[in-house]
Amino acid sequence: MTTNTEIMTKPAAHTWWWYGLLLLATIGILTVYQEVLDVYEVSILIFTAISMAMVGNKWPGFRGHSIAVAILSLIALQLYGSDLGAAETNGVLKYMLASQSAIMWMSVFFIAATFTYFGGLIFRSSYTEKVGSAFTWIATTFGMTGLMVRWRETHMMGADIGYIPVSNLYEVFILFAVVTALIYLFYERRYQVRSLGGFVLLVISAAVIFQLWYAFERNAHEIQPLVPALQSYWMKIHVPANFIGYGAFAMAAMIGIAYLLVSWRANKNPDSGLVKAMPPLTMMDDLMYKSIALGFAFFTVATILGALWAAEAWGGYWSWDPKETWALIVWLNYAAWLHMRMTKGWNGVPMAWWAIVGLFVTLFAFLGVNMFLSGLHSYGSL
Amino acid sequence: MSDATKKGPSSLSFTRRLLLFIGSMELAITLLLTLAIASVIGTVLQQNQPYADYVIKFGPYWFDVFDKLGLYDVYSALWFVAILALLVISTSVCVIRHFPAMTKEMWQLRTNVQKKSLKAMHHNAQWQSNNTLQTVANNLQQEFKNLGFRSRQTVKQEDAILISAMRGGMNRLGYLFTHIAIVVICVGGLFDSNMPLKLAEWRGDIKIETRDLSIREIPAESRLGEGNQGFRGSVSIPEGKASEVVFLPVRDGYLLQALPFRIEVKDFRIEHYPNGQPKSFESDLVIHDDELDAPMEATIAVNHPLIYRGHAIYQASFSDGGSILSLDAWPLDSRAGTEPVSIQTKVFENRQMLWGEESMQLEMIDFRPFNINPDPTEDDSRNVRDFGPNFTFKLRTQTGEAREYENYMFPVERDGREYFLSGVRNTPSESFAYLYLPVDEDGSLNRFLQYSALLRDQQLVSSIANSMMIEALAMLPERDESLEESLQQTLETLIKMFVRGGFDEVRDFIDNNLPDAERDNLAPAYLGMLREMLARIYFSMDGIDAETVSNEQLLFLQDTVDSIGTLSRYGSPVFLHLTDFEHIQSTGLQIAKAPGKNVVYFGCALLVIGIFLLFYLPQRRFWAWLEQENGQTNIILAGSTNRNAREFDTFFNEQRTQLAAKTGNSNL
Repeated sequence: MTTNTEIMTKPAAHTWWWYGLLLLATIGILTVYQEVLDVYEVSILIFTAISMAMVGNKWPGFRGHSIAVAILSLIALQLYGSDLGAAETNGVLKYMLASQSAIMWMSVFFIAATFTYFGGLIFRSSYTEKVGSAFTWIATTFGMTGLMVRWRETHMMGADIGYIPVSNLYEVFILFAVVTALIYLFYERRYQVRSLGGFVLLVISAAVIFQLWYAFERNAHEIQPLVPALQSYWMKIHVPANFIGYGAFAMAAMIGIAYLLVSWRANKNPDSGLVKAMPPLTMMDDLMYKSIALGFAFFTVATILGALWAAEAWGGYWSWDPKETWALIVWLNYAAWLHMRMTKGWNGVPMAWWAIVGLFVTLFAFLGVNMFLSGLHSYGSL
Repeated sequence: MSDATKKGPSSLSFTRRLLLFIGSMELAITLLLTLAIASVIGTVLQQNQPYADYVIKFGPYWFDVFDKLGLYDVYSALWFVAILALLVISTSVCVIRHFPAMTKEMWQLRTNVQKKSLKAMHHNAQWQSNNTLQTVANNLQQEFKNLGFRSRQTVKQEDAILISAMRGGMNRLGYLFTHIAIVVICVGGLFDSNMPLKLAEWRGDIKIETRDLSIREIPAESRLGEGNQGFRGSVSIPEGKASEVVFLPVRDGYLLQALPFRIEVKDFRIEHYPNGQPKSFESDLVIHDDELDAPMEATIAVNHPLIYRGHAIYQASFSDGGSILSLDAWPLDSRAGTEPVSIQTKVFENRQMLWGEESMQLEMIDFRPFNINPDPTEDDSRNVRDFGPNFTFKLRTQTGEAREYENYMFPVERDGREYFLSGVRNTPSESFAYLYLPVDEDGSLNRFLQYSALLRDQQLVSSIANSMMIEALAMLPERDESLEESLQQTLETLIKMFVRGGFDEVRDFIDNNLPDAERDNLAPAYLGMLREMLARIYFSMDGIDAETVSNEQLLFLQDTVDSIGTLSRYGSPVFLHLTDFEHIQSTGLQIAKAPGKNVVYFGCALLVIGIFLLFYLPQRRFWAWLEQENGQTNIILAGSTNRNAREFDTFFNEQRTQLAAKTGNSNL
């Protein structure tokens, strides 16, 4: 294995300004909102700052992204003032920073990035692939900004309406796109491979297209107040943790597809262009394992948080509700996958297929349960 | 992890082989996947529904088969619990078997390796230093320490020194934590499950009650005393009332669980957002308990339960608590009288009514003080409006058939006109079909009823038919008595048919009784005659005149005729109009006691810590073999990891350069 990796390590020392900035931002938020934040929300805020400090410590891109989101969101908030109507009258909001506009830009850039990545792969142009990365970063920044601004917009809808915009199916689709992209970008930098970008962006684009359909066809983007069962600080941790899990599983499945494609080509013709352009099979296999491990860790946390929330809202930490049960099914499936991989040493084609099947199981837990089954967790219906 | 199992199986005893099988990875993975697939059943088939619904759905044969398989409560079915138990046993055996090796791996630095095996390792490097053996050894140990590695020197034969170093031994703790966590969670969950109840049921100590009884009538064998067992049940308590029991749903029945305290409900509140969506559900409770000096007051809301003496009290639902309703029964059929009759009743009350000759049982089901529903007159279903109070009831005939009705207190506006709205349906699975009763200028049903009575007034109908017949036949050159008689009769019959069965009956008559050849010509004529008659009867009313009739009056006629035309399908001889109410609500509480909860939470914490240790704390080892050679110190460095081999490549390459430089490398 050659070291095409000047990657990782050698961080620290230089990122004190990053910690300082986060500290400042945390103190700022606590000062401005001290009246309305309860102890749980303060804890979540501090926990978020610490997580961001850790992630940003080794990852300059994340620092830039976070700062860009913060600046854009603050500009939007400034332009809004306290008038929700500014979304129509102010040009910057209307065409760029109002949550709907930002989310549209996100959609455009994600889809553009998909084509660009594949273009780069087909024409073996590393420059084009870099443009793909840039597009993905821009899309992610717009998506995150859209969510942040929407958070503010929910509060401008009226007293007591405000909520964190990860509360309905429309909003979590945006979250899914952003989180999956961030996970991908992290590994893209770490492994210095861009040729998987198109594959991962494919699942993000699918989510984006669904989200567009959902908005245009069903007006799902309109802000509706939360039902009482969802008014809880648990929302702020349960949902994001879940979507790190979903995003990582989705990425693993897309790498699985790439793996199968490459291994199929390599069997026919080891010198084929695709095989040469794509990362080595062992690397994809490793990456697949990494993202399933990441997904599994966060999905476990999310499911436990869900149980804790259920104990507070539904009267029991486990009710065998369809959503809970499907979360368990997803968990068992990946637990079996990881055992196969870690102790039985299975790898390659069967594990790639299994990762793809895993995505369908996950997809059913995420969407199918809401569409076809009824239960306590019937929050995002189509 | 499984090298211990690789001994020849034939030499092992049966018990040992069984243990090996139970603790094997193959079985564990099979169980994980079996459990996943089995869990699907309970999400596809709705659990714990009324058994009658299952019979309807599957038919008696399959109902029985599925019942035997326990599919209606699959997560406590014997076979499902057995799979779960087997998984726990398998995991336990696995942990017990690997425990010694894992703890050893966690701490031991592996000092008994040979120079040869180091050279054979995937990651290895070699260099020379001009420093003395001991200096290099101490240097290396210091460097390893700086890297966070624990290390030890061992003197080998021929004065060689082996330094064994390790970091991340806690990775092995991750294995132990995750697997022990599964066992802990399942055992904790068992405390809170309904397994103890199932056992008691098998032993015959308790019996599931399936009848609808009042609390006093419930037999002792269906009652559970206060105890330490976990449970989860619900109870509905009307405002101002109290309860010291809770119902535990079990399959198609329930058990009654006693509480060690009494819960009184002072008040139940719903708050709404401006768009009508509910914003919060809250109940003011008072806990009465001998252990308390004074009753304890508390307010619960969704997501904010009250925890009292290990019992968690949740706001789960709400319903009517027996609201008092004042009704006016307006006769729709003159046989039921001509004046409205006042009744006072309560939700959940059943009473026998005699309307005309018809005797019916009035069963009040529900009352709602407001109904924020999509506006049926707007296309966009998100435009909601408040339709005001309504109540739901059933009318049961003496043969036992019942129809369900839903009546609104206030008239509803449609196209600028106002109507009393009453929905009717035959079974709960249908949606309501609505009767629109037109409201007159006074906001009452008087005019509608007057008109409806006129249609039944034989004399009036007869005289109007007569004058219409004379006008119609006036153009004929000479009188034809038989024609006169037949026309007179036709006109009267049309009204009779209309009163009996609306336009439907008239159309049936036309379809069935008129000769095919003439039907197309005569049908419009018949309907025209009926309309003319209906209008003439209307114009005979006080204050309405054919010459000066206003557009509103004509529309009123049209609405009246439309609704009388559908009355035959309405099935009630009266329209019940709500005139006043006193709203009494009932709050639905869910009460749970989960003694195993903290055990489960502890297991969850173990699981999370374990998973992160397992994935993100790789166990890395270094060995350095130092020996004297030609006045120099020869250093062989080797490394290994149990996770993330790819990162370790980079790490090893970096470290070998670093270490070589630090130990005074002379030749790399």
